[in-house]
Amino acid sequence: MTERTTLLTPPVRVAMYAVLAVLLVIVPFLNQWVPTDSPFHMPDYAVPLLGKYVCYALLALSLDLVWGLAGVLSLGHGAFFALGGYVMGMYLMRQIGTRGVYGNPDLPDFMVFLNWKELPWYWMGFDQLPFALLMVAFVPGLLAFVFGWFAFRSRITGVYLSIISQALTYALMLAFFRNDMGFGGNNGLTDFKDLLGFPLQAIETRIGLYMASVVALGIGLWLSIRIADAPLGRLLIAIRDAESRARFLGHRVLAAKLFVWTLSAVMAGVAGALYVPQVGIINPSEFAPANSIEVAIWVAVGGRGTLIGAPLGAFIVNGAKSWFTGLFPELWLFGLGALFVAVTLFLPKGVIGTLAGLNLRRTKVTTTKLEAEHVGA
Amino acid sequence: MRIFLRVWLAMLVLSALGTGSVSAASLSEASAGLSPRDFAATGAAIEAIASGGDPAGLGILQALSDGTLEKLPDGRLVIATSAGATDALTGAAVTPMPTDGSKIRLNNRLRTQLRAAIGRFGLTSPDPAQRLAAVDALLSDRSPEAFTRLEEALAREQDPAVAGTMRFGVAILALSGTDKAKKLAAVETLSGVLDPRAQGILSELASSEADPDLKAAANDALSAIAQKRFWIDIAVNLYQGISLGSILLLAAVGLAVTFGVAGVINMAHGEMLMLGAYATFVVQQIFRTYLPPSMIDWYLIAAIPAAALVAGFFGLLIERGVIRFLYGRPLETLLATWGISLILQQVVRSVFGPTNREVANPSWMTGAVEFAGVTLTYNRLIIIVFSLLVLAIVWFVLQRSRFGLEMRAVTQNRRMAAAVGIDTARVDALTFALGSAVAGMGGVALSQVGNVSPNLGTLYIVDSFMVVVFGGVGQLAGTVVGALTLGMLNKLMEPFAGAVLAKVLLLVIVILFIQKRPKGLFVLKGRSAEV
Repeated sequence: MTERTTLLTPPVRVAMYAVLAVLLVIVPFLNQWVPTDSPFHMPDYAVPLLGKYVCYALLALSLDLVWGLAGVLSLGHGAFFALGGYVMGMYLMRQIGTRGVYGNPDLPDFMVFLNWKELPWYWMGFDQLPFALLMVAFVPGLLAFVFGWFAFRSRITGVYLSIISQALTYALMLAFFRNDMGFGGNNGLTDFKDLLGFPLQAIETRIGLYMASVVALGIGLWLSIRIADAPLGRLLIAIRDAESRARFLGHRVLAAKLFVWTLSAVMAGVAGALYVPQVGIINPSEFAPANSIEVAIWVAVGGRGTLIGAPLGAFIVNGAKSWFTGLFPELWLFGLGALFVAVTLFLPKGVIGTLAGLNLRRTKVTTTKLEAEHVGA
Repeated sequence: MRIFLRVWLAMLVLSALGTGSVSAASLSEASAGLSPRDFAATGAAIEAIASGGDPAGLGILQALSDGTLEKLPDGRLVIATSAGATDALTGAAVTPMPTDGSKIRLNNRLRTQLRAAIGRFGLTSPDPAQRLAAVDALLSDRSPEAFTRLEEALAREQDPAVAGTMRFGVAILALSGTDKAKKLAAVETLSGVLDPRAQGILSELASSEADPDLKAAANDALSAIAQKRFWIDIAVNLYQGISLGSILLLAAVGLAVTFGVAGVINMAHGEMLMLGAYATFVVQQIFRTYLPPSMIDWYLIAAIPAAALVAGFFGLLIERGVIRFLYGRPLETLLATWGISLILQQVVRSVFGPTNREVANPSWMTGAVEFAGVTLTYNRLIIIVFSLLVLAIVWFVLQRSRFGLEMRAVTQNRRMAAAVGIDTARVDALTFALGSAVAGMGGVALSQVGNVSPNLGTLYIVDSFMVVVFGGVGQLAGTVVGALTLGMLNKLMEPFAGAVLAKVLLLVIVILFIQKRPKGLFVLKGRSAEV
């Protein structure tokens, strides 16, 4: 089962980190140092847009970690992303302080509006950034751990797990739409002012957030590749291809899956936390099942199980989306739908997998054979 | 003397001419006094009509009280409603609708008099419906006279339904009186009566009554009412739950059989519901445009096969065009069929527009039947019956037809089925067609209780997945039990938890449930171990 990592040969890794490094510096350079009248100048609005894509890339990577490596297709990863975003949003809400419409030093505007008298307990401590950052990892991680423990323990796999995870994000969406949840209901959290004293509207802050996102993506890729290289990575691939067999051989399937699942959720949460200050709003629609399924198509376009393919897929699809919705807004859904069909039918290995050509062929043969047995069962 | 004789003869002839309309003549005399302006004349006329005892007079009084009675310049009285005008005396339709009539106006004194008159009049009417109306009229007139009249009428009453209402009326009126024994008996009668008027008068009594016995009795009666209402609410929720469950059933049957046969989930399955609902809409429009208005009520019958064909055709198309290339890759099938669902939604959005489309209930589906205090609306009742019928057909196909046999064989063991010569590809395609056709018929049902919009399918798809997960795949029984359980649980939790929280709780319950039974409630028995 070494075929998996042969794709990530040393030259590929060097190239990957080089691309990340270029991404890290080129945006500030093009925006700040290239004169505005030059055709190479990057307009201010493009910076948070690219930052958004980088967050999506991290989210896609987190899904590829569980789907590509462990064979667990989550259709609810948007839930972890949104939870991380909500945690960040809570911190940013507290930072508004007396600058809100109602000028209440403790309560966010929507709570004043709902006639709440004091801060609910679960909002405590979110005025401290270290605590909020801890929660960005902890909240999605805890949910994933509990959910994963229940699901993997009773050996819910395949399509069943996908559907249950979709139900999870659907349930969270419904719950967050409720005003009495204390998360702003329909409108979510918005009107953020600043982060650590830096105004969020300023281009310098946005560049900083963009660079932080790229760094986070880099760390995520490094971590994922480390896992894939490690014995754990081999075990995960074994689980993906023949879970029962891995279990019968004495491997601790539950622990391995639970670990990578929780880690993936934390990664998605971090992506959400970086996403929210750049787009300036988080609301329950981020939990919509459709969003989570879209993440899966990013991964599929880039190349499932290749780790570097997932971020690439996120860039390709979202770039196409921004371009398409600008030109033919009514055609985008046709395009997206056709993309789902076309990629699964004609490009099962994704862009990266297809480029890598024969390297993956042997892996593909084994998985197809084993999954065919699933159907026969 | 001869002159007298002539006059007498002439009168005889006149009265002979008027045979058959004697009562109309006297009613017309009595009602002639009804005047748009003169309240005194109107009052006298009301009295005359009431004492005349002509059954048609009650209609006139009712129309007067409803404010629909008009007097034309030629003195004719017509009852003018939005549906048209009828002659108040003969009941014949008056066309064209007169526009120059002036309404007979009432003041408060006349209104009280009118209610009492209707009450007195109606109590002796041979028509039970009119007697019922009379009780209602007397109830708003809380005079001692009304009370004695009602008591007398109750003693005479033969019809048990009318007698029940009269007992209720007597009790209500007795509470306005002074006799303590009668009041206690009245409270006893009202205990457990669901009419809001009973509750109003009892809570008034419970809060302001000085007599401790009466007060306690009133409180007891109130809690009896509350308890009864509690159970009725539960029954209503159960009814709605069964109706929701029966729609979920139609949506989930297709998912369950296709998942059982092919091991893949069709994410575009919800769109089959949507296509079925839009097919219903199109059939309705065709009936409206091309067929006489008398036929419109039957469009729904025609819509059922149309929806099944449209949805079944699309199901077949999706299987042949996409899904069959993805067998063995269930997760990719999820994505591809999701893409198809996006495309279908967008197609419908471009053809029919993004807004809700109106699908009307046929007249035979409107209305309700009351059963032990629970109102059962016909549309939901018919939907329940309809899903049972569809279910019976599906059961018959699965258990009694050659195709069903092959399908069950493929579900149990695809390779063995292929080895004994079953064309598994054909079975796959037909299963998708069947499942989609059933969902299309579900869409017909759905169009009768909800909005028809392009995202109709997405609203039900998560729920139907839960049904499949909960009930297990490959067996109809699992889907039936799953759909009904989830439908009823959902509706039963709604009053306590609210609609949104009920859904959330339901999902949590399902997730916890599959801890115990990961393959759902009903598992196919066999030697097929999961790899």
